[in-house]
Amino acid sequence: MKAKHQRLILALAALAALIGAGLLATSALRDEAAYFYAPADVKTKGVEPGKAIRLGGMVVKGSLKHAPDGVTIRFDVTDGKATVPATFKGIAPDLFREGSGVVGEGAFDRSGTFIATNLLAKHDERYMPRELEGMRYDEQSHKMKVDR
Amino acid sequence: MHRFANPARFLKIARPLTVWLFWPGLLLLLIGCACGLFVSPADYLQGDTVRILYIHVPAAWLGMGGWSGIAIAALMQLVWRHPLAAVAGRATAVPGAFFTAICLITGSIWGRPTWGTWWEWDGRMTSMLVLFFLYLGYIALANASTRQGPGGVSAVAAIFGLVGAVNIPIINRSVVWWNSLHQGPSITLRGSSIDSALLWPLGFTLTGFTLLFAAIVVMRMRAILARTKVEARMQRLARG
Repeated sequence: MKAKHQRLILALAALAALIGAGLLATSALRDEAAYFYAPADVKTKGVEPGKAIRLGGMVVKGSLKHAPDGVTIRFDVTDGKATVPATFKGIAPDLFREGSGVVGEGAFDRSGTFIATNLLAKHDERYMPRELEGMRYDEQSHKMKVDR
Repeated sequence: MHRFANPARFLKIARPLTVWLFWPGLLLLLIGCACGLFVSPADYLQGDTVRILYIHVPAAWLGMGGWSGIAIAALMQLVWRHPLAAVAGRATAVPGAFFTAICLITGSIWGRPTWGTWWEWDGRMTSMLVLFFLYLGYIALANASTRQGPGGVSAVAAIFGLVGAVNIPIINRSVVWWNSLHQGPSITLRGSSIDSALLWPLGFTLTGFTLLFAAIVVMRMRAILARTKVEARMQRLARG
């Protein structure tokens, strides 16, 4: 065997071992590296009240209500599998709206309502001009379709 | 590839190549930026903030592509002992780090109005910051090892370049594996969820930046080879 081939095999073996180690490490991190809890995670794993977490999901359409004090908002957060109620007191970011993604920092109270101390709007992967608002990207046909 | 093992033959091609990469790249970049700023429409949700994508996406692509180049060069250096591979790896590091920094900065500027935060430690942002630190480490290692080869990098730096490549698929998959603040991939093999009215200037800036990046790498390779030649001549003169 030529020295060149020996080096190639050695380098490829080292690379394969490295990629394996990287994959093992990231799969071990899978849950810990999550940036936020989805409502379904909260339901299945159970988050004790008062524990500081981030909760992420979509704001349920029609659930956004403003409290009489003018600065408190109430809304439901869903991930399609579970839905939890949330409240926030303060100024929400511009992109915070119904049907759009949101990440809240805060904790659950004893009644199971998420009390957010900070709200971040989560943007999704769709980009389109204003004329196309209300349309959505269809995964099958790869075309923009009118949202129902 | 071993046809270009001779630096003189490489330089003969590199000189005109620099011109042919640099000027078309600059032209495409300027067209793309002008169209992205003035011609393409604003996003329905983000408004004009969306235009930062024409810089942010090419910067991210080149930051990750630069390290992939370093890893390939490192493999060629370690396995085939190609004399120019080490020079190429070294020449790629600084522009790669520069574009990674541009990606992080533009992302932060976009994040403030869109998400409501300058920085969050989510998977995508953290792994991209790690890439920037990897570049700094590689540059330090490469500069520390110049005496070991003709303008190239030592085996230690090359191994570091290979090891660091593990981070590239992690960056790419970070928004799929973990739920993150950064949105999922818009452009996949199956199509794009960016409307074509917003997408086409990105093609110009992406190609333009890539050509410019290649031009900078070739220029830096020529500079490293020239410096090696000067050092060799100085040593000969000093010996008398």
